[in-house]
Amino acid sequence: MMTEDIFAPWADPSQTPLIRYANVTKKFGDFTAIDDVSLDIFPGEFFALLGPSGCGKTTLMRMLAGFETPTSGTISLGDQDMGTVPPNKRPVNMMFQSYALFPHLNVWDNIAFGLRRDGLPKDQVAARVEEMLRLVQLQKFAKRKPDAISGGQRQRVALARSLAKSPKVLLLDEPLGALDKKLRQETQFELVDIQEKTGTTFMIVTHDQEEAMTVSSRIAVMDEGVIKQIDTPSTLYEAPASRYVADFIGDVNLIPGDWRGDALHWAEGQAPLAVASDVAPGPAWLALRPEKIAIAKNKPQADNAVQGQVIDIAYLGNLSTYVVEIAGGQKVRAQATNARRLSRRDITWNDQVWLSWTATAGLVLTE
Amino acid sequence: MKRIVVWPPYIWLLVLFLLPFALVFKIALSDYAIAIPPYTPTFDIADPASWGATLRAFDFENFQWLLDDKLYYTAYMSSLRIAFISTVLALLIGYPMAYAMARAPQQWRGLLMMLVILPFWSSFLIRIYAWIGILSNEGFLNMVLGWVGIPPLSIMYTDTAVYIGIVYAYLPFMILPIFASLDRMDASLLEAAEDLGCTRMSAFWRITFRLSLPGILAGCFLVFIPVVGEYIVPDLLGGSNTLMIGKVLVEEFFNNRDWPVASAVAVVLLFILVIPIVLFQRAAERRQSASA
Repeated sequence: MMTEDIFAPWADPSQTPLIRYANVTKKFGDFTAIDDVSLDIFPGEFFALLGPSGCGKTTLMRMLAGFETPTSGTISLGDQDMGTVPPNKRPVNMMFQSYALFPHLNVWDNIAFGLRRDGLPKDQVAARVEEMLRLVQLQKFAKRKPDAISGGQRQRVALARSLAKSPKVLLLDEPLGALDKKLRQETQFELVDIQEKTGTTFMIVTHDQEEAMTVSSRIAVMDEGVIKQIDTPSTLYEAPASRYVADFIGDVNLIPGDWRGDALHWAEGQAPLAVASDVAPGPAWLALRPEKIAIAKNKPQADNAVQGQVIDIAYLGNLSTYVVEIAGGQKVRAQATNARRLSRRDITWNDQVWLSWTATAGLVLTE
Repeated sequence: MKRIVVWPPYIWLLVLFLLPFALVFKIALSDYAIAIPPYTPTFDIADPASWGATLRAFDFENFQWLLDDKLYYTAYMSSLRIAFISTVLALLIGYPMAYAMARAPQQWRGLLMMLVILPFWSSFLIRIYAWIGILSNEGFLNMVLGWVGIPPLSIMYTDTAVYIGIVYAYLPFMILPIFASLDRMDASLLEAAEDLGCTRMSAFWRITFRLSLPGILAGCFLVFIPVVGEYIVPDLLGGSNTLMIGKVLVEEFFNNRDWPVASAVAVVLLFILVIPIVLFQRAAERRQSASA
């Protein structure tokens, strides 16, 4: 799968990281917000910190911006230790969750704010601001105050302002959190576009796994101050290292049982589930994505087939999710595309159905 | 229905402001007389035929008098000067206090606000009298200074005492609007300013101070306007050479019983204060339309 021209500096030992967190710990009083985190981010990456609120992702980012200091450990950027560098001296800019646009300045002056602090000559400031306005397509709104433009436009002003100084790293704190769903999806692609155009390294904090999957080259999944797994979106989805990650990224069925090296013994009197995995035998869970399970009225020919009763159907338009109760009261969700009209669907509530999947569909997790 | 709701403020304004003002203005146009009431002419309600003659008797003599006698001009200017200096002092003391309040932990802010408002629970007059006890030559301040071996100060009955009393009395009017403007400021604005290259100090001036300007403006007007006409503080704490127009007004009314001149003083004072009030209104309106 991996070819030479795919962007994957983390897989290349000759590349040096741009950002390096080394054994970083941050404590607020007795509370440990970040617990011994080490992390390398490479130039040109769109790196996402993903986790539930309170997991420490924002703290980790704010330490790079200089708004928090690590209790122990070091953060370096390029080959410079950021230890005592104040926020205004770091080649890093941040786009705030609230956008933090200066209400007394118009769009143009907001974008020019950082450039003027650098003492750039007037014509250079003007040229750069115009360039940024073009980048985010806000030329027409240059003279408006932040409270006279829409939420989506404010978001773009904030982006332009933080990009204006050409930072080495752009930090985005829940940048799309305040937008409605449709606008959010459009903006996600815009962000990726701008990131590619400018070549800037982006670091984004989000709790929205879909957003992280869409925009980023790699994702660090965090929980309670530690990083659970760092991988590309597809690896995180297809090969999560733990139940936590499997459950956080997308939807997953977890079937507990006894893993004997070739099959999972999961319920008394039921055929063991065949899985292709080289995990050592022991107690384990079979992680199975709903869309990898087929649902049928008659027993199909498959590596694994389990009978159960439909107890719930969620109709999502393009998809339907069936909740099926199998042996031992275990509930399994199976997803099927609605290729036929709803009126012609042959499976309904309380039907006896067969769930089936291949030996390579699932994953054995011990953690 | 809408009209009924709109009327009360106008009736309020008419009955409690315009009508009294018209009465005072009418007296200001009258002449001093040894009579009850102590001015002439008076309208004879029962005799409409005499109204024309009464109207013709009105003149601007009293206003001319205010221009001719240097005392009034000096008193007005002195009042404006004292009000201006007091406003600046209140701002210099009040801003750091408001800033500290806005920066205090959330659970403390309510209490701190209470403490600022607390003095209003006792009478203004009593609080100013208390300052006599503190500032007089044998007062509390000199007692404490005596203990630490500093020679006594004679502050009482000087302009200094007047400034202390006025700043003390009007400080809450400065603190509260500034606190309100600082309190609703988004803290991430300062971080954004620092992130974009400001030092702590320049972030303060460019963001915090700039965004608290409406509060500063409101506080300054709330202090300046009433202080110009202040009477109690200069009367109780000030000496005979502390000249304020409020004092002159009271003297004309009660000592000289010259109601027409006193009324003229009041009318002129009102017009002097209308200027800053209109400026304040304008500024408030601009702010309204800017944020709309």
